[in-house]
Amino acid sequence: MKILVCISNVPDTTTKITFTDNNTQFNTSGVQFIINPYDEIALARAIELTDGDKGTVTVINVGEAATEATIRKALAIGATDAVRINAKPHDAWFVAYQIAGYIKQNPFDLILTGRESIDYNGSKVAAMLGELLDLPSVSIIKKLEVDGTTATVEREIEGGKEVMTIPLPFVAGTAEGVAEPKIPNMRGIMSARTKPLTVVEPVEVQQTSNIISYETPAPRGQVTLVPADDTAKLVDLLHTEARVI
Amino acid sequence: MPVLIFAENADGVFKKSIFEAVTYARAIADQNNTSLIAISIGDVNAAELAALSKYGADKVLNVSNAKLKNFVNQAYASVIAEAAKKEGADIVVLSNSFSGRGLAPRIGVKLNAGVIDGAVSLPDQSGGKFVVKKTAFSGKAFAITELTSANKVIALTPNTYKVEEKAAAGTVEDFSVETKESDLKAMLKEIVRSAEKVSLPDAEIVVSAGRGLKGPENWGMIEELAGLLGAATACSKPVSDAGWRPHSEHVGQTGIAVSPNLYIAIGISGAIQHLAGISASKVIVVINKDPEAPFFKVADYGIVGDAFEVVPKLIEAVKQYKAIA
Repeated sequence: MKILVCISNVPDTTTKITFTDNNTQFNTSGVQFIINPYDEIALARAIELTDGDKGTVTVINVGEAATEATIRKALAIGATDAVRINAKPHDAWFVAYQIAGYIKQNPFDLILTGRESIDYNGSKVAAMLGELLDLPSVSIIKKLEVDGTTATVEREIEGGKEVMTIPLPFVAGTAEGVAEPKIPNMRGIMSARTKPLTVVEPVEVQQTSNIISYETPAPRGQVTLVPADDTAKLVDLLHTEARVI
Repeated sequence: MPVLIFAENADGVFKKSIFEAVTYARAIADQNNTSLIAISIGDVNAAELAALSKYGADKVLNVSNAKLKNFVNQAYASVIAEAAKKEGADIVVLSNSFSGRGLAPRIGVKLNAGVIDGAVSLPDQSGGKFVVKKTAFSGKAFAITELTSANKVIALTPNTYKVEEKAAAGTVEDFSVETKESDLKAMLKEIVRSAEKVSLPDAEIVVSAGRGLKGPENWGMIEELAGLLGAATACSKPVSDAGWRPHSEHVGQTGIAVSPNLYIAIGISGAIQHLAGISASKVIVVINKDPEAPFFKVADYGIVGDAFEVVPKLIEAVKQYKAIA
């Protein structure tokens, strides 16, 4: 089984998000970049599914040369090889078209992404890839089992889950529950340096969106503290002042 | 050109988040002096379909087809894109639900339309542009995003746009389409409902607890408080990582982002990743025994005290309030 895992290079979850140039640019100064946490789940599951010479795991990233540290981390965790499409990831549309172009030339049995990236929070690439490749896609899965040429997935819905079967190949976006992220061991880190990382030039794509500027949430006012033995007061404030109960 | 809204049903019923999206789509149609067409797919009865007109749908396309009874994003996307083309709609609106997230991008590709998911504001169309505010960095910021394509797809974040009634004709028409077998490869086997009465992404009140509760056996009082308030239960990442609660309850940057009217955090210190996931909450109450807990900095109301003493008292106070109200 040949699995492709699409990875994003995103700011570490502890990052305090700030902007420069009149709030038009994300301030990357001092920011540590990591594999998008949901993509790490996809990678971990891909490695489990191909464990014991049952296949290969290719990671693909659309990014400039600086993302190679993140790609090498994925190789250290256990991916077989990697592809970097040499372009700034303008938006989900751009990324999906680039990756779809690569898959059309190099078919895979299973294509995984994270359910969303924690930077721009699109959960778009999986479904866009499905549409561009005319394959089924499931955007947010909590479980993934593969038996021969058919997979069983659990799709998250409001207030429960749906169990679905899907023939390979298809595209899925993984969420918590699919696998536990893996930590690279020393052997992995050593071998990552020599695993193949192919750089591919991007294709021309029509542009459909632009980020004009950023805002941060409005700061909240001072907290109103209520004495621990006066919970009735809290209930009253929530009813009469905040009007939420 | 009309606006098209996909009215997703859950077991034949439209949830509040759908009426929010219909209200939102109506407002966009009004901006453009055009009509609003709703499309419903699956088994929805006439009375429920008529409810869409209350929020401003001029026309309702009803797709009732045995093959499309259950949600399959590939097939639904084909139907919605087909309807948009037939009606000449250039803007398609959805709710940014779990299903909506799997649908909007496929419709976008079919219509060659830019997609904004997680929208939190009406479009600003001044100066001939089309600019929408959306969540970014998992609630730590918003991205003001312009769509430059002729067609546009917008998925609205639930609980961010107020439902408003605006009566319209809402004439129901049957809309039939040929379904392609290649669109129906994903097969639904089973729907498993969770035991919770209120689902977390839909909840208007959320009662959330963290490591301060010391163990899964102590969640009874959290569930009791949530039950009294008609709230969903949630938890912090360490709690779901430890297996005390299911992953589907994990709120935060790598879990679910919520935007309830009231978020009650009990025994959660307030790590930056957790705060990201709840920043869109309208009112935040924090109960923590550590007065230095970072969560108090973003709280509207707080109680410094031990959860095991405060929560039972809070339950009593809510019961008393309920008895009078």
